Formats: sequence, C-alpha cells, structure tokens
Amino acid sequence: MNNKFDKTLDLTKIKPYGDTFNDGKVQISFTLPVEDDEKAIVAAKILTRKMGVKNPSVVYHCPLDKGFTYFVVYGRLNQTIDYTEIHLDAIDKEIMAREQINEYIKENIERKIIILGATTGTDAHTVGIDAIINRKGYKGHYGLESYEMVEAYNMGSQVPNEEFIKRALELKADVLLVSQTVTQKDIHLKNLTQLVDLLEGEGLRDKVILVCGGPRITHELAKELGYDAGFGPNKYAEDVATFAIKEIVNRKKL
Amino acid sequence: MKKLINKAVNSKLNLDFSIVKKARETAKTIALDTQKFIDKHTTTSIERTVCRLLGIDGVDEFGVPLPNVVVNNIKKDKGLGKGVAIFIGNAILQKRLSPQEIAEKISKDELDLTKLPMNDLSEIKITITKLTKQTLEKIINNKKKREAYLEKFGEKEGPLLYIIVATGNIYEDITQAKAAAKQGADIIAVIRSTGQSLLDYVPYGATTEGFGGTYATQENFRLMRKALDEVGEELGRYIRLTNYCSGLCMPEIAAMGAFERLDVMLNDALYGILFRDINMKRTIIDQYFSRMINAFAGVIINTGEDNYLTTDDAFEAAHTVLASQFINEQFALLAGLKEEQLGLGHAFEMNPELENGFLYELAQAQMAREIFPKAPLKYMPPTKFMSGNIFKGHIQNALFNMITIMTNQKIHLLGMLTEAIHTPFMSDRALSIENAKYIFNNMKSLGEEIAFKQGGIMEKRVNEVLNKAYSLLKEIEKEGLFSTIEKGIFAGIKRKINGGKGLEGVFEKEKDYFNPFIELMVQENPI
Repeated sequence: MNNKFDKTLDLTKIKPYGDTFNDGKVQISFTLPVEDDEKAIVAAKILTRKMGVKNPSVVYHCPLDKGFTYFVVYGRLNQTIDYTEIHLDAIDKEIMAREQINEYIKENIERKIIILGATTGTDAHTVGIDAIINRKGYKGHYGLESYEMVEAYNMGSQVPNEEFIKRALELKADVLLVSQTVTQKDIHLKNLTQLVDLLEGEGLRDKVILVCGGPRITHELAKELGYDAGFGPNKYAEDVATFAIKEIVNRKKL
Repeated sequence: MKKLINKAVNSKLNLDFSIVKKARETAKTIALDTQKFIDKHTTTSIERTVCRLLGIDGVDEFGVPLPNVVVNNIKKDKGLGKGVAIFIGNAILQKRLSPQEIAEKISKDELDLTKLPMNDLSEIKITITKLTKQTLEKIINNKKKREAYLEKFGEKEGPLLYIIVATGNIYEDITQAKAAAKQGADIIAVIRSTGQSLLDYVPYGATTEGFGGTYATQENFRLMRKALDEVGEELGRYIRLTNYCSGLCMPEIAAMGAFERLDVMLNDALYGILFRDINMKRTIIDQYFSRMINAFAGVIINTGEDNYLTTDDAFEAAHTVLASQFINEQFALLAGLKEEQLGLGHAFEMNPELENGFLYELAQAQMAREIFPKAPLKYMPPTKFMSGNIFKGHIQNALFNMITIMTNQKIHLLGMLTEAIHTPFMSDRALSIENAKYIFNNMKSLGEEIAFKQGGIMEKRVNEVLNKAYSLLKEIEKEGLFSTIEKGIFAGIKRKINGGKGLEGVFEKEKDYFNPFIELMVQENPI
C-alpha cells in the first residue's frame, strides 16, 4: 500500500475521499441471506470486491435472524470518474428571497400568480406539499401562502389526478405542484406519468408549469417524466417559486 | 379521582391537577354532547360489521364482499334505519338458512331480504340474540387465550418495542416480523396498503400486493397471528399484533381483529376526518361501534394525536394534542374501553434545531404520563425532521428513546434511521431495536433518580400547555366538536360537516332499530 501523502486532485479521475486524496475509501452496509459465520464473511468480501472495492475489510457483522447476516464493510474503491464530463440540465442556482420574488412578479408578470398543489393518487403524505405551500412552511422557510403575489391552494393528499386537473381549470392555475412520497414498486412514477398523459389529453400541458417534488424526486427524473422541474429534499418555497416565475416570464418572451 | 390527587403530590412538574380535572370534565361534556348525535345514527360500515359478527364472510363472483352485498340489498329499499339484524333474523326464521347461506342466496339474486314477510319481532330478536351470544363467546375465548399466553410467559416490564412491517406481501411480512420478534420486538404492526382507508369495503383473502403496506384482510390477520404465536412460543414471549381500525371500515376491521385476536388497534375518533378527509359524521358514528368491539375484545387502542405534529408545529400545537387526548379518552370511556386500554398518542417531533427542544419534549412526555397515569401511552418517534442523514437520524432516535425510558412510556414505536428513505430493511429494524435496548438498559432508573427544577423551564412549559389545552376545550365545549373541526383547530386542517368521503353511508336510526351487539356488549362490559 502506498502511504505517501497524496495531494493530487485530478478532476478527470476522481475517487472517494476518506482522509487523503485518491484513497478511494468507502463504507458499505448490507445484509446477506446466509448464516453468520466465517463463510459469510468471505462471501461479503467477495461481493464487495465485485463492486470494485479493493482490500475490503468486514469491520462488523451480526446475525439478524436465522439465515440473515448484516455487514459493515470498509474498503478502497478502484473506479474513478471524469468529473469534467458531467453536464447537468440544472435548475437556475440563483434562488430569490420571498420579497424579491414578490417584486419580480409585480414588475414582470403584473398580477398574482396562481399555484395549485396536491399529493396525488393514493399517497397520503402531506409533509412535502405542506412544507412548500402552507403559510408556516418548513425550517423557517415560509410557504407560498405567505407570499403577497402568490395565490396558493393546497388540496392535501390522496387527490385523484382527474380532480386535480378539474381544480386547476377552475382556478386557472399557472403552476401545478405535485408531491409524491410513497415510492414502493415505483407507484410514484406511474402516478406522475398518468398526470402528464391526462394533461396532454386535455391539451393543457403547455398551458401550465408542471412541477413535482418528493424525497426521491430529482430534477433529471422530473424532466424525463415530462415535468418542467423536480425538487428533492432540502428545497423550499423559494426554490419552487423562483423557478416558476422565471419560467412564466421566459414563456411569455417566446 | 382520589388516585389522581395522590399523584398530584408526586408530580415531578408541579402540575396543577385542578385544571386537569376541569379539562377532563369539559372533555366529557363535549363527548356526551356528540354521543347524542352518535346514538341516533348508524352507517353502512356498522351494518356490514353486524353481518360479519353474525358470521357472514367471503365474496361474490365479482369479488364484492358478502357483507356489502347484504347491506346493499337492504339499503336499496331504504331498510338500513332498522338495522340489518332484523332482516337477517327474519330470513333465518322464514327460510331456515344460516346468515352465510342467506348472504350467498342474495348474491345470486335468489333472495331479497326486504321482500320477505316479516315474522314476529320478538321471535326475530330471540333468534338473533342466540347467534350474537355465540359470536361474543368466540371473542371472549380469544381474549382468554391472550390472557393465558400473558399468564404463561409473563408481561414485559418497561416499554413495549413496536415495529412496523410493510412489504405489501403478507408472507414477506411474516419473514420480517419473525426476524424482528427475535431481535426483541414486542409488538408488530402491519402497515396497511396506501389508500385502504378510503375503500368502502374490506378486501378478502391472503394478499401479496400492496403499496406502502399490506391490505388488512381477515386472512392476513390470521396468517400473521399464527406466525407470531409460533415465534412467541419459541421465544417464550407473547408478541402482540397491531393493525389499523380507521378509515371507512373502522368497525369491520375491529370485528375482524376480535375474531383473529389482534392486540392493538389504531383507532382514533378524529384521525380519519382530519387526515383522510372522511366525513366527520361518518367517522364519529363509526368510531363508537369500533371502539365498543375493541373494548369487548380486550384490545388496546392507539390514538393518532402524534399526527397533528407532523402537519402542525410540535412546539406551538402541543396543547391541541393534549386537548385531543382528553377528548379521545372520553369517547373511549363512553364506548366501554378501560383506561388500561387507552394508548393515547403523542410524538417526539420538535425541530432538532430548537434550543432546549429536548427539555420541552421531556416535559410534555412526563406531563402526558402524569395526566393519564393508567394509560399505556403510545409514543411516536421523529419522522418530520428525519432527513436522509441516517447517522443524525440514529441520534434523533436515541434522544427519543431516552425520553421514553425517563418518563415510562409504554408503547414505544421504534424510529428508523432510514425514515424518509424507504420502508425499513431488516437491518434498519435490528439497528433500531439495538439502539432502544441499549438505552433502556443503560438508563433504566434514571427517571426515578432525577427531579426537575422547581419553577424551571419544564415546569413552566407544561403548565402553559395544560392551561392552553383547557381553554381550547372550553372553546370546543361552546362551539361543539363538529364546528371546531370545521374551523381547523386540530392539525391546522379544516373539514366541512357535509364534506369528505362516506357521508352517503350515514343513516338515521328508526324507532325500532336493532343492533344486538351494542346491547349485549354493553351488558357484558358495562360502561
């Protein structure tokens, strides 16, 4: 093993960082459906080597039940990636504050914008949509209801896509926010796709800004599903509003 | 009351028990006022429950449950105000068939209950009462079996570790549940499939597909009960089984649970209204009969106040939790539940960044313990501020575990380090159980060793929460419960009296309405 202090950071060949550049250190934990014994430890090492880990070390293992063993493994990853090759279709990084957003709407849109949100399908989680819309917001980020220039509506959870669209028409919503938390068997994907299909069927897709969010949603995934944007964890009302108002203005220019 | 006054002397928080007493009395007035409304009504789900309790089960050729078939048959001719029992009893006498055979004939269009000539009412009642007693006997036997198990293995001291399985497949759930029991779990809850609460029927048979959980069916209950009894025998412990007595089929699930010896049921008076947008009349009427069955079956109910704190702020809304606990307690007592069956809910949901958040959590948990001394309180782990940072999450859960052991909470829902990421892996549960066991053993007597500072942060906090809860209860007393919910006082959620799902299933009772189970259960289990 080379113990020389490595200071080279080559962005075309990056590796995980433990405490020295290019040491490739990773931690991995998993369960194998086998008895907890010497053979299981060897199995865990072989498996992590197959993942591309050099010198895997099983630092902890314990039985979870007869025929199930839990492992914590450390090792050095062989693989590198070229960081400079990654190009993201990222959402604008300049996030405006609430006051700026209100000002921007007054100057550029000259009327209140209407935002309708819901957790659609059978999903019963309201935490996400509440965090974005409800007045009190989340972690000190006030929700859209508190924005002077936004008229925000929260339909809550378990809203069928059809009802969501009906309400959007009634309100003449500019922006639709869909929250999805349950991801078991990819139900969120089916549900999100269905909404896009329904909107397209009604000829409404281009008339609204369509945004989804949830703990397992990324911007990339959202684009793939036919949404204008997607917001994952640690995004707040400001993030969503900034995107929406810029998009409204951009579309007006077209 | 005497006991409460004794407790007052020992209050670690110097709680003002005269306010507790007044709050409790106010909650009682609120519950009694609502009970008047309940007593005048029945629902499709209550009548389907009577069908189930009379032995009707199974589905027709389209997969519609026979209890629904029977109730629809009577409903179409506007007979539900009398209750299904009268019609079934009459058909038994007229046709010499069992309730199950009657239901099957209806499903094949070979029988129409409301078209039969009516037999003498007292004879009908005698016939039905005989069947009712047989059913109650069956439920009593289940209760005795539970008691025998607890006698044999002994009841665990200290908190009961409660974990969730939610694979969607009952057989996979069994694998997960058995592993968890061996790791130390005392209570297994099978989370229901997302959306089941909005189904106006109970699915049938063993199920292997569900979203975010597994359908509650009687067969699934039976399979899991059997598996837990087996693993319990092996471990020399009684493993309790939990399901969800909520949604549009509250009382039916209670009946199924009573048949299959479930031990704990989520069973809140307001939860369905607030969080599932079920019509408030429907839920309030349904909760009564469902709780009556749970009371009779010796089931511990869990209430859902913890959910208020996932939508509302845990610091600011603490008094709404306490007020709701008082109301839930009174509704439960009216349905015949004993204090020992009331797993009133609360949760550790304060923002981790709140200065002295731990002290406030500790104060509130201790307060709940002192105000409801006999109730096996259900304490929920952090969920709202679980972030995907599993390492911090594990510490949040550790703080939560500390509060449980310091304040002697009974039903302890284990927090998962992967909350907000996925339904738990087998290893997530194991780590969580290990965390709780470590803390419960290592800090076992800490609660008995410490006193809280007089006039300190905690003492001030709880008396403020108590006073606010009391004034809220006074306000509800004045407004009435329904209009309070319309104003959005609980969980910050507003519901309309005639809004939400399931109102079409609410019926006024006619003068000769007959539900043999209500009458007999009250006799056997006086309120």
